[in-house]
Amino acid sequence: MSSAAQREAVKFEDVTVVIGLEVHVQLDTQSKLFCGCSTEYGAEPNTQTCPVCTGQPGSLPVINQQALNLAVRTGLALDCEIARYTKWDRKNYFYPDLPKGYQISQFDKPICGPGQLKFTDAKETFPPCVVEIERAHLEEDAGKSVHDDAGRAKSKIDLNRTGTPLLEIVTKPDLRSAEAAKAFLTELKLILTYIGVSDCDMQHGNLRCDGNVNLHINVDGETIATPIVEIKNMNSFRNAERALDYEATRQFDAWQEDGLTIKDAPKRTFGWNDATQVTVPQREKEESADYRYFPDPDLIAVTLTESQIEEIAASVGELPAALRERLKTEYGLKAYDADVIVSQGRGVVEYFLTVADGCGNGKIASNWVSQEVLRHLSETEAEIADYPVSAESLTELLKVVVGGDLDQTRAKEVLTEMIESGLTVSAATEKLGIVKVDSGEIDGLCQQLIDENANVVSQIKDGNAKAVGALIGKARKINANANPGVVRKRILEMIEAM
Amino acid sequence: MDLHNLTATELVARLTSGDLSATDCTQHFLDRIQKHASLNAFVDVPLESGESSLAATAELAKKRAASIDAGDIKGPLAGLPIAIKDGICTAGVTTTASSKMLEKFVPSFDATCVAQLNDAAAINVGKTNMDEFAMGSSTENSYFGPSLNPFNTGHVPGGSSGGSATAVAAGLAPIALGSDTGGSIRQPASFCGITGLKPTYGRVSRFGLLAFASSLDQIGPMAWTAADCALGMNYISGHDPKDSTSAKEDKPDFTAGLEDSIAGLKIGVYPQFFADGIDPAVEKAVREAIKVYEDLGATIVEIDLPHTASGVAVYYVVAPCEASSNLSRYDGVRYTYRAAAAETLDQMYADSRSEGFGAEVKRRIMLGTYALSSGYYDAYYLQASKVRRMIKHDYDRAFEQVDVILGPTTPTTAFKFGQHTADPLAMYLADIYTVSANLAGIPAISLPCGMSDGLPVGLHLQGKSFDESTLLTAAHQYQKVTQWHTTRPPMDQEVSA
Repeated sequence: MSSAAQREAVKFEDVTVVIGLEVHVQLDTQSKLFCGCSTEYGAEPNTQTCPVCTGQPGSLPVINQQALNLAVRTGLALDCEIARYTKWDRKNYFYPDLPKGYQISQFDKPICGPGQLKFTDAKETFPPCVVEIERAHLEEDAGKSVHDDAGRAKSKIDLNRTGTPLLEIVTKPDLRSAEAAKAFLTELKLILTYIGVSDCDMQHGNLRCDGNVNLHINVDGETIATPIVEIKNMNSFRNAERALDYEATRQFDAWQEDGLTIKDAPKRTFGWNDATQVTVPQREKEESADYRYFPDPDLIAVTLTESQIEEIAASVGELPAALRERLKTEYGLKAYDADVIVSQGRGVVEYFLTVADGCGNGKIASNWVSQEVLRHLSETEAEIADYPVSAESLTELLKVVVGGDLDQTRAKEVLTEMIESGLTVSAATEKLGIVKVDSGEIDGLCQQLIDENANVVSQIKDGNAKAVGALIGKARKINANANPGVVRKRILEMIEAM
Repeated sequence: MDLHNLTATELVARLTSGDLSATDCTQHFLDRIQKHASLNAFVDVPLESGESSLAATAELAKKRAASIDAGDIKGPLAGLPIAIKDGICTAGVTTTASSKMLEKFVPSFDATCVAQLNDAAAINVGKTNMDEFAMGSSTENSYFGPSLNPFNTGHVPGGSSGGSATAVAAGLAPIALGSDTGGSIRQPASFCGITGLKPTYGRVSRFGLLAFASSLDQIGPMAWTAADCALGMNYISGHDPKDSTSAKEDKPDFTAGLEDSIAGLKIGVYPQFFADGIDPAVEKAVREAIKVYEDLGATIVEIDLPHTASGVAVYYVVAPCEASSNLSRYDGVRYTYRAAAAETLDQMYADSRSEGFGAEVKRRIMLGTYALSSGYYDAYYLQASKVRRMIKHDYDRAFEQVDVILGPTTPTTAFKFGQHTADPLAMYLADIYTVSANLAGIPAISLPCGMSDGLPVGLHLQGKSFDESTLLTAAHQYQKVTQWHTTRPPMDQEVSA
């Protein structure tokens, strides 16, 4: 064992944080994994149940083909090897919300084998990552136990969730920081929503995440690993980041104190306490869990043909990484701007692409979508589908902007008007009294301003071109339709010519 | 009226011709069930209403018979009484699997085969007694006490479908449903002198059968004759989308080929069937049956099934493993027996299962739990699964040479109550000839072929997968030239005396 002095000499900055994640995703199927009951969230307790999902004597499971398809789609999006032969296993344990006394899962033949997920940080705070996916397997969810915290009332069981299809995605311990873990989760969620396999709504438990953490510490040329801790209940990405961060620090402090390594202590389970913001040891099961996995004799093995897999592959669609690349190369967007749009989901991307293609200027389209559209959506907590201005209408408006016939400030007024009164571009423009000002009129206006503001003119002549701003403000008051860009340009030209 | 001496086929003919009303037929068998209640063929538990479950079922049966007679319910079986093993779900009717654990369990749905029989207008006259959760070979493991063998009430009727065998043999029902995991239809059929068919795995839906060992369980018919079993098969078999292991094979008319000649049929005999442990009287009866088949024009071929010697060992690993998991749902939380006054959840589980299950069920749960445990899985479950495949392979090879394999169903005739209860292993060896068919998934039939000391001897025919028809034809042709299947127990005389 390392000596206290050796441990004392190590700084936290020098240790490698090693994180692997297990993500449970609820697949977006109409019915449960092995019966026809609805998976709709929020129904009255125990109303979405049948003899099969409540494990009544004599009932038998039948696989939901759609769940298999969604699992394969996910596997393909994560570059996983798709099993041509996959089977079902029983994981045996007793709990009141597990009505059969076993969970149907996949043990040694998961539907998705090794794969990988690459992601980069748009802000470039950490280098691009490649996380190996170990496997992804299908399993049925358990029910929900509702305990009375005070311990006075009886516990209640809701079996609506029992049998809901889950895909458990397991990564290799390839993540090196809590921040990277959060970025991985964010990218994973984005992919899952892009391919339509899950809404990943964490509040409803449709995406749940556990993390395995330990530290690799170099002590005098030898790498020491701290005992692995599994953290459960990380119910948001922000909490996941905090919990993993906290746990890394806790392990470092513990190691400095006791020097225990992975060889000295078994894996332990901690829970994240949201209120106190610390990880706390969870009560260990009295006997070490032996789930006595064995093949479920009620279900036949599943074989997938090449043509089935090809058919599912066709449903995957363009993934976020490819889209970001396309927005950069084909639309001239910066990495950050491309990420802003792509990370909003497929709906916003479709909207952007329609506007950009229609108005012929990707950057202007990007600015308007990122600033105007997304701001409005965030203020109104709405989805892109609910945005009152269609992509076609915004395209029409931006065509006028790109053509130079309307300045951005006035165009934004038009957009506001379109949102508020539901008018078309031309109707909103007309309502605001916006008419095109011809060049003779502009020149007259500029001459008037030069004549009336000798003071400003002399400043400009002295080389302070910025002073022209004061004149533009005045121009706006005289004729709101005068394009400020054109006014600025003409005033400077006319002064130059004086 | 001796309706109970008619076969199911004969009863159906009379019922559908209008010769016999469903009401009269039903009443006759209900009366006999009452009269011979001491045989304990049926499970009878008090309902919450205070009524007895058997009486409630009888009332339902009478109502149904009246509806059939009124023409409100129609179907090809038109009022045929049928007894149903109590491990098969019947909607609204208690289904206990003869366990204290399920004494109050009333399923919300019918097993697929029960629904099929209902559609055919058959009438459930009662749920039959069994070894608890189908674990046993004598019905001595029933929480409700054993059924008695009508040929000699000091002897067991066999098991686990012993109540069904007793019911048919005693003329309490012309036909019954059993389930067979390692011989649970064939062994009691053999002990009670009737005919019982275990169909090919996947032929009859398991939906609604309380699972013992899912990869081995199969529901089948039990009746006096092979022709009746064929009739029953026509109404319980076929693909069921609710059972993933249900075969998508076409369902033949199992009665169609019964009259076909079996001249040229190749019958395999494995010499080891007559090795150590077989009762000489059983051997003699079976060897006489072989002669009958030769006379019918069949060819006898010696075959080798080298791995079937491991059948019982493999079975007693695979079946308990599956059972240990299948029976986990009986945990005291929902519809089962729950022990009172447990302080903790773990205690509630432990007490409920300790008190709710009988000794044999607990023994098998423990065996299975042990064999599936980390560190033992490879040596037991995995190894057993491998040998199971070798047994299947033995059969595949044998069936390249022969159409049917013939042997005894059991090494002895029905044993006495208590004879094997102290020695589970001796009890398990009663399955020695039957378990391999379950392990291989093939169909097999037991039919009576002799008597020894007043107890019936069973002949065992095993067939190719999904070739029940050949088995049924071979059995029917045998029954056309022999009388063993018409040998009725002496019980009616005894009871009236």
